[in-house]
Amino acid sequence: MRLRWGRDLGTEADRTTFRTLHTASLATPALRAGLTAGSAERAVRHLRSLLGAPAIALTDAGELLAWDGRFSHHAPQTVALARPVVADGATTVRPRRDIACQDQRCSLRQVVVTPLTVEERVVGTLQVFTPVASAGLVRAADEVARWVSGQLELAELDASRTRLMEAEVRALRAQISPHFVYNSLTAIASFVRTDPERARELLLEFADFTRYSFRRHGEFTTLAEELGSIEQYLVLEKARFGDRLDVTLRIAPEVLPVVVPFLSLQPLVENAIRHGLEGKTGPGRVSIAAADNDFEAVITVEDDGLGEDPDRVRRALAGDAGTDSVGLGNVDARLRSAFGDDYGLVVETAPGAGTKVTVRVPKYAPGVHE
Amino acid sequence: MTPLAGIVAVVAVSAVTIGIGAFGLRISRTTGDFYVASRTVGPVANASAISGEYLSAASFLGVAGLVLTRGVDSLWYPVGWTAGYLVLLVFVAAPLRRSGAYTLPDFAQLRVESRHARSVASVLVVLIGVIYLVPQFQGAGLTLRSLTGAPPWVGEVTVALVVLLIVASGGMRSITLVQAFQYWLKLAALLVPVCFLLVAWRRDQVPSAGRLDVADWVEPLGGAHGLYLTYSLILATFLGTMGLPHVVVRFYTNRDGRSARRTTVAVLGLLSCFYLLPPVYGVLGRVYAFDLVRSGRGDSVVLELPSRVLGGSAGDLLTAVLGAGAFAAFLSTSSGLVVSIGGVVSQDLLSRRLDGVTAFRVASSAGALATLGLTLASSGLAVAHAVELAFTVAASTFCPLLLLGIWWRRLTAAGAVAGLVVGGGLSTTAVLLTMFGAGLSGGPGTVVAQPALVTVPLAFLVMVTVSLATSPPPQVSRTMVRLHTPEHLALDRGSYHPERRGEEPARRRH
Repeated sequence: MRLRWGRDLGTEADRTTFRTLHTASLATPALRAGLTAGSAERAVRHLRSLLGAPAIALTDAGELLAWDGRFSHHAPQTVALARPVVADGATTVRPRRDIACQDQRCSLRQVVVTPLTVEERVVGTLQVFTPVASAGLVRAADEVARWVSGQLELAELDASRTRLMEAEVRALRAQISPHFVYNSLTAIASFVRTDPERARELLLEFADFTRYSFRRHGEFTTLAEELGSIEQYLVLEKARFGDRLDVTLRIAPEVLPVVVPFLSLQPLVENAIRHGLEGKTGPGRVSIAAADNDFEAVITVEDDGLGEDPDRVRRALAGDAGTDSVGLGNVDARLRSAFGDDYGLVVETAPGAGTKVTVRVPKYAPGVHE
Repeated sequence: MTPLAGIVAVVAVSAVTIGIGAFGLRISRTTGDFYVASRTVGPVANASAISGEYLSAASFLGVAGLVLTRGVDSLWYPVGWTAGYLVLLVFVAAPLRRSGAYTLPDFAQLRVESRHARSVASVLVVLIGVIYLVPQFQGAGLTLRSLTGAPPWVGEVTVALVVLLIVASGGMRSITLVQAFQYWLKLAALLVPVCFLLVAWRRDQVPSAGRLDVADWVEPLGGAHGLYLTYSLILATFLGTMGLPHVVVRFYTNRDGRSARRTTVAVLGLLSCFYLLPPVYGVLGRVYAFDLVRSGRGDSVVLELPSRVLGGSAGDLLTAVLGAGAFAAFLSTSSGLVVSIGGVVSQDLLSRRLDGVTAFRVASSAGALATLGLTLASSGLAVAHAVELAFTVAASTFCPLLLLGIWWRRLTAAGAVAGLVVGGGLSTTAVLLTMFGAGLSGGPGTVVAQPALVTVPLAFLVMVTVSLATSPPPQVSRTMVRLHTPEHLALDRGSYHPERRGEEPARRRH
């Protein structure tokens, strides 16, 4: 397709549409942060040029958030104007006497007040001040308010998604599985008489492991710390399984300082041990490796167990809670949210062929640090 | 001399390097003896690795050549290359490690929160890398000529191919132990022959009249504009070290800011030991190989000395040792640089079009081949001088970025970009003019040959002025807290909050 200025850009009407869409897109990022003084301040200018009005205001349910345009002596009146609209949620046009002023030069005679709604609830108003409130302007104000409401709803969605993810991390933290606690304590108990020294060491490992897992602060940690906790976990699992569990670790020391999401590897190791030993009589092998690949670290967790149906894994990664893979979907989501969609989990598996999970972590990602 | 021993040495070094690169060091351990904490890279191992990657053809061959031809003034090269780490230690090492940046573009992005700054820094990394690579390839040409009598381009093409092989096979991924071993190999390769040479010198009682006691060789600040040239050299080498892409990435391996400082102190010690040796070769060359000064082949003095002093099979053997050491120097520095160039280009410039591995291979191959072309076309400066030009560009760009970025909170994205562009543009122009022998003379010629004293202050000035006229990035306070507080203090370093994602600096997009 050829693009040449002034010729192939369509008719005047098309161009007006493009301009309108572009102006709307400028206001989008601010509104997607939710309705606050800061976001309203950034969005209000674009909304005014969208409506072509001399002055407009954005309020929330009880306060003026931002004013753009001339004659800002009307700004204090906006709160009173907003109140009835917030109460009954209908667009109203208010006449001259409601926005009285002494300024001779002021040309504002009428104001259109439209509600901004999120999930059926009025959260604020858009107020358009104008000399004459034509039917067209009222319609335009209504449409713009509806569009803004849509953006605010998306913002709400973003926020609740984030809250959900945080809740999942908290849940994962509390999710040292009851089986693991029970099994570890039983294994330790079996050593209390025969080998008290070992029992003591195992208890200390258990204490350290729980302290790390219940840690409150920070969403990120270093690979060194995460591996340290995995090491304690493995000591406890080995006490339980003895020679049935054969673990190999191959860690390049260069990648130990890499920053990873807190508790992002431990669930993978737990899965590997479970799958590596489940339904098998002989010993199971689990190998954990971390390699240096220039600007990223590549971490793999592999077991030689029964493997799994790829479809089940796909469902687990998509967040289906019905599968028994502990936190696989959660780890995947957190990796993607921290490092971008290129850095999700890669799971290679098939029935009877073992499972290999690969995690890639960039050595540096903006905004991600301990 | 018979070229056989030398060829065997070079082939052996290349084969071993490729082998290690391809197969890596596979150390498997079971849980029993696995303790993560004890496996972090310690300061001494890390310092050896940094020195191993840092000591290039310029240090191994070039310094001796310059001491031979220019005399005492050129001692500033090894002094500056060591003292650069002092500046790094005092001002940069710990904050840089605490920042969490892996490459210099990472640092630019995280400090001034701008993707433009990142892109400009990426281009500069490639520029500095290529300028640094040219003398490495050139040194390889010289070495092969001294060992076998082949024309220089044979060695240049050979080293380019070996480096390409190493990188394309996915190897040489900055394995600390391998790089650390390289330092001790290079040290031994210079130390052992020099002992034999000194003993032979004592025994021979060769007259040195008219060679060592010449006024313009032993007295400093000789020649036209000596004072300017010397200070410019000091500035470039002292401030350039912190801007070398393959050195900076090594600091990431340190556990924290404190161990980054310890590593730098160890590097200072290791380099100080190493740099005692090349000047000795230069002085011995003055006695035994004075004709190299006239024939303009000063850079091969290290390789020529054994056969001239000792001769026979002993001389051949020592030449082979030196040749192997020199080749190890080219290969480690070159592959470190090519990997850095490849990483930056593939990550920042190609990642949208190609997948990671392909992009990396394409980028590093292109880097190596472009350098080869530049090497074949350039006019053959002294190796040490050519390397110092790369330091000049680094000192005129990344030095102001790092020093101001770490120590001055007013630095802005616009200021950083303007300073990088002005400093980088001017110094690169001067470097290219010098490399291709533009033949300027007098005052302008001097400035072009050694531009640091002009370009470095200018870059600082532009960065400060433009920064003062613009507003600093929104998260600057957070960044400064992270850069300057020791890790063991528990305080809010601005952990990642996804809910405020819209306000985070621009995220990397693929």
